[in-house]
Amino acid sequence: MPNQTRNILIVGVGGQGTLLTSRIIAQVVVQMGYDVKVSEIHGMAQRGGSVVSQVRYGEKIYSPIIKKGDADVLLAFEKLEAARWLDYLKPGGKVIINNDRVDPLPVMTGKAKYPQDIDQKIAALVPDTTTVDATAIAIECGNVKAANVVLVGMLSGAMEIPAEEVEKAIATMVPAKALEVNLKAFREGEKLFAAMAG
Amino acid sequence: MKRLMIGNEAIARGAYEAGATVATAYPGTPSTEIVSSFAEFPGVYAEWSPNEKVALEVGIGASIGGARTLVAMKHVGVNVAADPLYTFAYTGVNGGLVLISADDPGMHSSQNEQDNRGYARFAKLPVLEPADSQEAKDYTRLGFALSERFDTPVMLRVTTRLSHSQTLVETGEREEAGVKEYKKNAVKFVMLPGHARLRHVEVEKRMLALKEFADETELNRIEWGDRSLGVITSGVAYQYVKEAMPDISILKLGFTNPLPERLIRSFAGQVDRLVVVEELEPVIEEQVKAWGIKVEGKDIFTLLGEYSPEMIEERLAGRDTAVGFGLDKEIPGRPPLLCPGCPHRGVFYTLHRMRLTVTGDIGCYTLGALPPLDGMDSCICMGASIGTVMGMEKARGEDFARKSVAVIGDSTFVHSGITGLIDIVYNQGTSTVLILDNDTTAMTGHQDHPATGRTITAQTTSKLDLVALCKAVGIEHVRVVDPLKLDELRQALTEELERREPSVIICKRPCALIVKEPPQQKYYVDAELCKGCKICIRIGCTGMYWLDKEKLAVINPNNCITCGLCPQVCTFDAVKIVEG
Repeated sequence: MPNQTRNILIVGVGGQGTLLTSRIIAQVVVQMGYDVKVSEIHGMAQRGGSVVSQVRYGEKIYSPIIKKGDADVLLAFEKLEAARWLDYLKPGGKVIINNDRVDPLPVMTGKAKYPQDIDQKIAALVPDTTTVDATAIAIECGNVKAANVVLVGMLSGAMEIPAEEVEKAIATMVPAKALEVNLKAFREGEKLFAAMAG
Repeated sequence: MKRLMIGNEAIARGAYEAGATVATAYPGTPSTEIVSSFAEFPGVYAEWSPNEKVALEVGIGASIGGARTLVAMKHVGVNVAADPLYTFAYTGVNGGLVLISADDPGMHSSQNEQDNRGYARFAKLPVLEPADSQEAKDYTRLGFALSERFDTPVMLRVTTRLSHSQTLVETGEREEAGVKEYKKNAVKFVMLPGHARLRHVEVEKRMLALKEFADETELNRIEWGDRSLGVITSGVAYQYVKEAMPDISILKLGFTNPLPERLIRSFAGQVDRLVVVEELEPVIEEQVKAWGIKVEGKDIFTLLGEYSPEMIEERLAGRDTAVGFGLDKEIPGRPPLLCPGCPHRGVFYTLHRMRLTVTGDIGCYTLGALPPLDGMDSCICMGASIGTVMGMEKARGEDFARKSVAVIGDSTFVHSGITGLIDIVYNQGTSTVLILDNDTTAMTGHQDHPATGRTITAQTTSKLDLVALCKAVGIEHVRVVDPLKLDELRQALTEELERREPSVIICKRPCALIVKEPPQQKYYVDAELCKGCKICIRIGCTGMYWLDKEKLAVINPNNCITCGLCPQVCTFDAVKIVEG
């Protein structure tokens, strides 16, 4: 067990399923015997706003929230949100971006522009950036809703968490009839991370 | 084995372990999951009350009746329940009663960030402040014992960051506290002036006893470290201090009203520099200063919002934590917004188009105030819309009421809108009130209420008939419309606004998130017919987006639930149904 505290910041747009992803990862690290804290956003911000879940684990955790510049991994369900929260990343940290674009209100109404090539700008600043089309993979696996589990696969790859621990957690957290699709989605995500990192 | 629980779930568990058998609440972020979790335990009674005042009154009755009772609400809910609370502090309890006040520093989902520790001082209630889920469970459980030992309601004060953070909890066995004997005791529970004078004496005696307790309890403890700096802190701020400065000396307070004077004096005397770290109001700091102890606090820290570990590092450790890539400067904001298919969208689109003055209320529909809908002039608190529209009419005259409406949700109307409506009838107002009936309390996560006809445990119950209710209080003109049928809605508004009599329009359609059937058809925008006028973009729906280069609106099929609003606003019939 590493002594060092590990910090995962999961960001997205309300309704994208960030909460399930952070809860799966938290369950996994509990199984592994770590102290864990998870901070979530409920209520008004969930209505299509910018949302963030924070997972911290290690030997002993105090703060439930991650300091700026202290996240080992930034997992973004949406490109713009990756950019918004990038300052929380540690130097040398990893960014995983789901290649999804959800226009915020100011962009929809023409008051602001969606920044061009935002994922490439992030990749230029952070060498360890991986972009993935989790939605497409989830559809291939049989259910578009499993996109967040594809991202769990990417994340557990990035955090070097054993796959069997994650599979055990998924089995306790998703309904039986959705288990097969979710496990497939998880394995695809993991495979993809290994291929990209390799 | 330890389990991960959000603070709210841990509070429910603590109440269950303490043998509580009754729990009441009105939903409100960040408190909602407390009583919804409690309701899942076997052999207990839990209810969604119509509002926090009723929740506390039912709780008081349960306590007088001998049950250990949990009552939970968000910080502003305590305002609603304040009347019974202050006097219940006089009578004291029979079965223990713990009141949860879930405060919202940073206003994640609230209209203000009042610090309810102020209430506790004012009402003379003992206060527990846990710093993680384990403490939330343990302190709640202990709260019942303290409530009975000191014959007082106990306030457990938490904040959003505690309520909605998961941390590990070791659970315990339920103690079968049972229901205590009930004996009539009018001198204790009938607060006539003569009785209340006697009870006030007891309250002051109790405060002295609690002050002794505060000095002795292990809830308040010193963690000695480097004595050049000593920090007094409580709640989640303790975690931020430990994270940022693990080596300093800390006086961690878990019991914060009344404060432990001897312990604080002793701590102050053994450190070179004393600082209080507390979010929001300087509640601890002012008391320490009143004792003549030199202390810093709000001269370093802010009265605003949530704290963080980096704030402690910057302001107390003097470490520069400025880092970052600066990319966030060019990122447009992402405010929350109404969901695709939300019935409220039709209402605010219409109100905005009709250029009406709109007094608003608390719920998802408050988002109708944001651009591009821009459909609201005021929003103060639960139920305020109706009194406010009446006041505007009385200030500006009856003609003004021809161009103004109140807008209130179904759950909010039941919570505290009904009395406002009675006022309009009684004092001869002529305003029109829109009740947005989406058959749920949506914002807090879809809780039932008296007008849904279902209880907290989804049992079928008597369903409050809003039409009959409005008629019963004296509104003659009550009509029900579908808010996504724009012509129907506009006609109803036009007719009711003209009328120099009070009226109610019930905009009835279930919340788009509780409708289970998938959409039967799909829409697309016919690029040939679209003139790029952007009127459909001005409904502010994420089912639709704008291509700037092509000057074309496009449907996003992943988000669109074919609610039928955009085809109605399109003047060129460009929104078409996908055939086949």
